[in-house]
Amino acid sequence: MTADLNSYLFVGAVLFVCGVICMATKRNGIGVLMGVELVLNGANVNFVAFSKYTDLGLDGQVISLFVIVLAAAEAAVALAIALNFYNNYLSIDVDRANKLKG
Amino acid sequence: MSGESFLFTVFAAATCLSAVAVVFSQTVVRMAFWLIIALGSTSALFFLANADFVGAAQLLIYVGGTLVLLVFGVMLTASGPYLKIATSPGEIVLGGLVGLLFLFVVFASLNGVEWRKPTAHSIEAGSQVVAAGNTLRPLGLSFLGSRPDKDSSTDGNVLTPGYLLPFEIVSVHLLVVLIGAAYLARAKRRAVQPN
Amino acid sequence: MMFAAQSIAEYFQRFGGWQYVIAAIIHAVLLVHVFAVSPFAFIWLERKVSGRIQDRLGPTRVGGLFGWLQSLADGIKLVQKEDLCPPAADGMLFRSAPYIVCVSSFAAFMVLPFSDGWVAVAADCGLFIMLSILSLEVFGIIMAGYSSGSKWSLFGGMREAAQMVSYEIPLAICALVPVIASGSLNLGEIGGMQRGWFTNWFMFHDPFTFIAFFVYFVVATASCKRAPFDLAEAESELVGGFHTEYSGMRWSFFFMGEYASMFAVCGIASILFLGGWNTGLAPIDQALYAARSAGSDGTGGAAAIGYLANVIGAGVFAAKASFGVFVQVWLRWTLPRLRIDQVITTCLKYLVPISCFLFLGAALWPILMVAGTGRSTWNSPIGDRAAEGLQETREGGGDVAAVSASGVDLGMNFPRINEAELEGVVR
Repeated sequence: MTADLNSYLFVGAVLFVCGVICMATKRNGIGVLMGVELVLNGANVNFVAFSKYTDLGLDGQVISLFVIVLAAAEAAVALAIALNFYNNYLSIDVDRANKLKG
Repeated sequence: MSGESFLFTVFAAATCLSAVAVVFSQTVVRMAFWLIIALGSTSALFFLANADFVGAAQLLIYVGGTLVLLVFGVMLTASGPYLKIATSPGEIVLGGLVGLLFLFVVFASLNGVEWRKPTAHSIEAGSQVVAAGNTLRPLGLSFLGSRPDKDSSTDGNVLTPGYLLPFEIVSVHLLVVLIGAAYLARAKRRAVQPN
Repeated sequence: MMFAAQSIAEYFQRFGGWQYVIAAIIHAVLLVHVFAVSPFAFIWLERKVSGRIQDRLGPTRVGGLFGWLQSLADGIKLVQKEDLCPPAADGMLFRSAPYIVCVSSFAAFMVLPFSDGWVAVAADCGLFIMLSILSLEVFGIIMAGYSSGSKWSLFGGMREAAQMVSYEIPLAICALVPVIASGSLNLGEIGGMQRGWFTNWFMFHDPFTFIAFFVYFVVATASCKRAPFDLAEAESELVGGFHTEYSGMRWSFFFMGEYASMFAVCGIASILFLGGWNTGLAPIDQALYAARSAGSDGTGGAAAIGYLANVIGAGVFAAKASFGVFVQVWLRWTLPRLRIDQVITTCLKYLVPISCFLFLGAALWPILMVAGTGRSTWNSPIGDRAAEGLQETREGGGDVAAVSASGVDLGMNFPRINEAELEGVVR
């Protein structure tokens, strides 16, 4: 495997798909969060690869820095929500969150 | 095989395999462990792609900050040792199939695109800053609102705006998140166990 | 010939494409020696110092008069011990946790310069990389605590997680205070700027960096989980804390990691605040600097002398960092342990506000100096020192120059950019 644009995009795609599956199949709320992190990382790999191999230049790195910072903020809020959910249900199983089901 | 390709192969394999392991792990802490490996090797890929600062930020913020927070969350929400909320095998199989299909679609579309190669002009102006891996100063300048790499490439009289405004917005956003998360997570009444 | 090469990679030029691989392996082997030998020395130091503080002799038997082989004897003993894994533990995590601790504190040495140019990876954001790698160590400890399947370990891991997440904030802010003064995150450049009399050390740059040094040292002690902040392994409450269930080599990996990261944080302190490899005496520094620059151009005798000057620099650096470790050992055997709530209170209510204040003060200091006295620093301007250092580190680069806008040194260090880029900005 040579280090070129397509290989980086390949890695990014694998991270993205793993994250999506993680979000879809995990029943633990924090597991779902980890899936989100994987998806964001897949996007980051793409941005950095484009900044190296195309004329996106520095912009790609700047955007990936913003993604990292926003992911940290997202994790903090989502974790607070997860703790709240645990306080109300004494469980972190997202299948239990069905109060709004019609 | 060049040194860069070899290192890329090693870290790409580590990233992909541990990402798959995250999906198939059952306990949350094992998931967190594999996630650390995945994100750590991703940051190694960033170092390989000449993005030193992004790689270090990934390690410090993501792995050292966010994931510690997540593991902390795991410990706070575990009702017993090695909490395991199992996904039924059928769902895993279904998820895996859909995932493989999705991966195939993404690959097909990736290979179908002819990515625009950097022009000689942009290599001279923009990518040269990136090529050395020492992107610290250009990044700092762009957060202050000046883009020397773009300005010298357009050779017009137009100054390219940097990222000062997004940077400020993100700072305020982080403050809001800090307060909001502290408000949401504060101790409140506990529900009685149903059933 | 060997001394004349600018780097190890250059020396192995005749191997073609493999020169970087060979250089990387040599760098790694050298760093492994630092990583492995320094804990041995510091564990012996710890035993000796604790003995003297408690009015004992400490180790005297193994290896002659001062018992200097005691650590090796301990190491051999630990290798022989059985490697246990309790049945309640999560095997995979339990076995891999010590390696995470060990690897993350070892990898931090990658960007630590031991002397002028003696660094494995001369990264522009070296300080940032170093702090980020050191912050991974906590993960191994949380893993160890969680996967042991024992409540003592779990408590230790939880405490460590809470402590590290809070102490990382003042640690980073205090490390930024001298960075404001120097205008660089490159540890090599920061070290080079402090040549000359010891008043050039960033510790004496302004009152804020002076206080920041002591705050940094306290926070660094806490982030290495050393007493009085060693709540993660408080043996009076938690048996052994996160390492209760470990034995043999895996147990000793935790301690190698701990002592190595003590040396690493003290090394950062010595480069950021205490002049790094500079002796602090201007004539000696100037002579060493001249020898180094002659060595990097010349061959034969001059090169050998330049190499020797670098060895002296590395010795000075190691002495400063080891003195920091000695003070940490001294503190451990002098102060009683805090309670966990006191540890967190100290950080969040005192150290974080203090470090924010220092950060603000250090940013305002040059402006106030210029307003009051007309010059940006009370000793030689850093811009001059940086320009000298730049010629030294970036020789042959040609296109890099220290830029200060409109010729006025405001004491703020403007980023160095290409002349071509500068033209674009001015236009």
